[in-house]
Amino acid sequence: MDDMKGVILNYVKKEYLEDDSEPINFDTPLISGGIVDSFSMVSLKRFLENKYSIQIPDDQATPEAFDSVNKITSLVEAFIQKKG
Amino acid sequence: MSNIGSYDERLGNFSWSISEKELGYKPGDVINIGWYCSDRVCQMGKASKLALIHEGFSGVERRYTYNDIRLASNTIGAFLRGLGIRNEDRVCLFMDKIPELYIGFLAILKIGAIAQPLFSAFGDESLYVRLSDAGTTAVITQKKHAPKIKKILERLPHLKHIIIVDHDGKTPLREREVAFSLTEAKPVETLEIFETKAESPSVFHYTSGTTGQPKGVRHVHYSLISQYLTAKWVLDLREDDIYWCTADPGWVTGTSYGIIAPFCLGITQCVLDAGFSAEAWYRFIEKYKITMWYSAPTAIRSLMKAGDEIVKRFDLSSLRHLASVGEPLNSEAVVWSQRVFGRPFLDTYWQTETGCIVISNYPGMEVRPGSMGKPFPGITAAILNPSTYEPHSSYGKIGLIGLRPGWPSMMRSYWNNEAAFQGKHRNGWYLTGDRARMDKDGYFWFVGRDDDVINTGGHLVSPFEVESALLSHPAVAESAVVSKPDPINLEVVKAFVSLKPGFEPSKDLELEIMNFIRKKLSPLAMPQEMAFFKSLPKTRSGKLVRRILHAKEWGEEIGDTSTLEDD
Repeated sequence: MDDMKGVILNYVKKEYLEDDSEPINFDTPLISGGIVDSFSMVSLKRFLENKYSIQIPDDQATPEAFDSVNKITSLVEAFIQKKG
Repeated sequence: MSNIGSYDERLGNFSWSISEKELGYKPGDVINIGWYCSDRVCQMGKASKLALIHEGFSGVERRYTYNDIRLASNTIGAFLRGLGIRNEDRVCLFMDKIPELYIGFLAILKIGAIAQPLFSAFGDESLYVRLSDAGTTAVITQKKHAPKIKKILERLPHLKHIIIVDHDGKTPLREREVAFSLTEAKPVETLEIFETKAESPSVFHYTSGTTGQPKGVRHVHYSLISQYLTAKWVLDLREDDIYWCTADPGWVTGTSYGIIAPFCLGITQCVLDAGFSAEAWYRFIEKYKITMWYSAPTAIRSLMKAGDEIVKRFDLSSLRHLASVGEPLNSEAVVWSQRVFGRPFLDTYWQTETGCIVISNYPGMEVRPGSMGKPFPGITAAILNPSTYEPHSSYGKIGLIGLRPGWPSMMRSYWNNEAAFQGKHRNGWYLTGDRARMDKDGYFWFVGRDDDVINTGGHLVSPFEVESALLSHPAVAESAVVSKPDPINLEVVKAFVSLKPGFEPSKDLELEIMNFIRKKLSPLAMPQEMAFFKSLPKTRSGKLVRRILHAKEWGEEIGDTSTLEDD
């Protein structure tokens, strides 16, 4: 879980932060904080699906579910468990 | 009673002089939008009235009275002059929706320079193309966006100043960078306003077409006359309104109706600088008791998706008037807003080139859900036969939406691109590039674009620009870009590519290419879906045939394929 959080956090830093000196953590609001916009969310969702071999239905890829690394991790964990 | 009163009566006795008189303007006078939006409002006795309530990402609120706006725009204007910026120099605003964006816009106009707002999510190549074309002298930006400018700085010799409005004072400034802090600068009580006239250039907005690079739409200070009256009659803005325009001033709605219109009318407006969520938006309306809300179909459909239950958790009873812009508003959204908010979103139609609302639904006029409404008084609109460019002689026929140029905020030219400007005019009509039909009562009904430009979330994306950017990826040999239907954004970008030898299609490569475009152009331009082909459909002369790919995405007939090269 911690490893997953770290992977997602690093990906967000690498791909979506324009100024890499901006501090972000596992609870930093990503969508409501304007770091990841609704169009870019599609690429973040695609990354999670590729990385963890899951499919996240569009109706569950909501701004609320993607609003922090912690929330994303919970979502991904749930889909991995479902996959069994 | 609404501000417009009877639409039919307004049609009968309309003249733009109504607006000129209310603004105290006479032909030949000095007309400076920056002054009208700050100093004049103060002179009318509203100096202490709240002009702007801004809530940032972290919930921090900043409030500005009209006198604050006047002083702050004087202060920024004086700073720009001090850097040597003169009238008609292009000054780009490349920022999030922070107060400095709104106030800086007025400051640029006050000194007679030309404001060039650009969407802060643009990638470095999108930024370069627009700054290079405009020959921009200065960019006002934030620390977080400066790295994108740094990447292209060597290719922009005319760019003399990069003004950072939130520099922390610790990290050293880089080449051509200069720090400016609105909160720390000494307020400038008096600024000599540059004496711009009706035809003096005011704003450049860049817009995308099917082919070629984005075009700089040149507007003038006289546009104020249209923006003032359309805001008053269509948005029905009144003295005691609390107004929220959700558009980003990187786009034309955000300047015409997010800065110029509310400020010249002396209205209190609120700005939320945060990402979208239904809860955050409803909370914002409740907290500030928003009365007039101007938004976009994409946002409205996203709110619909969030459901009806969440609406009930908030007190939204302050809302009295709702309007929408950016793309056609589907009838379901109109009916939904009537049900959950007790009033419909009224669709408004216009473009970067028109500078103001040109076709609209009006308060007090019958709303036909799904219709664009009727032309604004003083604006002649018609459905043109695409072969003759003459108005269709009977109702119900689909044709091109044409507008007779001549209203105050119509673009005056495309910057450095007279051929493109002429190409948009035929037989005395300005061609919008949109198709529609008109019913027997004069309501316009949107049908679609007349070209390949993609309207995604209310913003136009050029397939040519995305295709060109795709070709600069090391793995891509050929590219074609079309729109794909989308339930929220109306359309999204879909890319078809063939790969160079040595590259194989994979999910990781697809994601890599998507992110490549997002960073190079913008998130709007990023393909939301990609398909890999061995080769793309072309004519025998080698010209890419987008229409086949487009037809497949939209479930339409493919049509004649006889001119295609063999596989």
